[in-house]
Amino acid sequence: MIKNISNLGDAAIYCDFGSEVNKEINHEVIKYFKTLTSKNINGITNLAPSYNKLIITFDLDVINYKELVEKIINLKADEINETASKKKIIPICIDEEFALDIERVSKNTNLNIKEIYKHILNKDFYCYMTGFVAGMPFLGDTNKNIRLKRLETPRVKVPKGSVGITEQFCNIYTYESPGGWNIIGNTPLKVFDKNKEENPILIKPGDSVQFYEITKNEFYKIKE
Amino acid sequence: MSIEVIRPGINTTFQDRGRSNLYHLGIPFSGAMDTRNLLITNKLVGNDKNDAVIEFALQGPKLKVKQNNINCVVTGNVSFTFKKNSKIYNGECYKTFDLNNNDEIDIISTNNSMYGYFSISGGFKIEKKWNSYSTHLRSKVGPNKGDKIVENDILQLNKNVKPIIKKSIDYSNSKIEFIRVIKGTNFDYFSKESQKSFFESQYQVTNLTDRMGMRLDGNKLNNIKSENIKSEGLIKGVIQVPPDGKPIIMLSDHGTIGGYPKIGVIISADYDKIVQLPPMSKIKFKMIDVTSAEKLFKLYSMETKNILNQI
Repeated sequence: MIKNISNLGDAAIYCDFGSEVNKEINHEVIKYFKTLTSKNINGITNLAPSYNKLIITFDLDVINYKELVEKIINLKADEINETASKKKIIPICIDEEFALDIERVSKNTNLNIKEIYKHILNKDFYCYMTGFVAGMPFLGDTNKNIRLKRLETPRVKVPKGSVGITEQFCNIYTYESPGGWNIIGNTPLKVFDKNKEENPILIKPGDSVQFYEITKNEFYKIKE
Repeated sequence: MSIEVIRPGINTTFQDRGRSNLYHLGIPFSGAMDTRNLLITNKLVGNDKNDAVIEFALQGPKLKVKQNNINCVVTGNVSFTFKKNSKIYNGECYKTFDLNNNDEIDIISTNNSMYGYFSISGGFKIEKKWNSYSTHLRSKVGPNKGDKIVENDILQLNKNVKPIIKKSIDYSNSKIEFIRVIKGTNFDYFSKESQKSFFESQYQVTNLTDRMGMRLDGNKLNNIKSENIKSEGLIKGVIQVPPDGKPIIMLSDHGTIGGYPKIGVIISADYDKIVQLPPMSKIKFKMIDVTSAEKLFKLYSMETKNILNQI
């Protein structure tokens, strides 16, 4: 349920579903996002769902804030068709070549490397949202014992495919980019593929994700 | 039928009116930073309002045309020359001119502004990606493989089927004293003094400005609540304040998710103007409400239509 609707500037609606980050609230956001997408309301130009907010931008030449709020306020969100949310199995290589911050994670959590990966590999994660850069999935929640802050000095270049953790979240860098998450592995899969016209992202909000370990050899084989 | 790129200029890309409905994948609108100049450019060369133009920042490209009867135009506040039959002429913005095989155009610089535009009658032979000709460099989406135009690129042109009509308009980009802002969703994260000083003190555009965002320098804004929010969507025009207290304005190529408090949002009517401010420019913000912002946008929109109707 939307708790509060306000304006974000003069050409966007800010729907607040709550302040906490959890699956239940996020499920509501996604439900609302999917409903609005299917309704195809004239004037809406973009929808940005996140943990617990949904931002709707519109074309001010077509509709204004008040008019669009009236159109969406009584909209009943459709129940999500459960088959639409899928389980994604993602191979990762945790060789030291890729697990750039594993020693830092080990030091700061007082866990040995094996114990850390017990909390990462073969565990179910939930995709809350995608974005920041194209296709980057924000997954959660990680076990309380491996929750860390971001690096104090972000890396200038995080390699593409890197799997990082921070706070209760885990993500995958879909491009080589600057970033401050603690990198613990790398996936050879294309998590964002612009050549897939209809379906460029591998992991969608609402999907569940599981990582499994692969060797370096397997990593390069898949990469080919 | 092509144009050779002798010098690419800075951040030279194909842009149109932007790419919608992909925020949820992490892809922003992009598109020409200054929409009004995009529309004027297309109208002057007789192209559709949704056609692509070439956008450049501060320094433009030097190009050699490989075709006769190319009708082109440069818009913005831009100094350029063109070489026709080995003679060099000073160019005039907002006025179409024609070039023949092996003639050159040298777009030297934008003056007291950031972005300028170039296009030709018939347009460029490029393909749409997700319903848009806009280039988003960060995700490498758009024409030219999502990349900047670089030296030695050959830009293919469409065959111009319409008769060429010389067109010009007397137009100059209006100066602004104030950038008008609507309070953001985290306005109350800042101390009363900071809320006041945000609208009273002067800010300066720093060198850290590009299509993604514009960092400002000025009075440090004191956050009394929390330096971070739970990451959420962003839109262009949002003013975020990171822990250092210096505002950052999100522009057309912004990251789609951010975790800094939003102190305000630039109104739609002022967006074309703020993007044109080069580093070192001084700006002041003025607070207004949604209803006034809507009225100002209507006026701005009407003004744009009037300009286009004169062409």
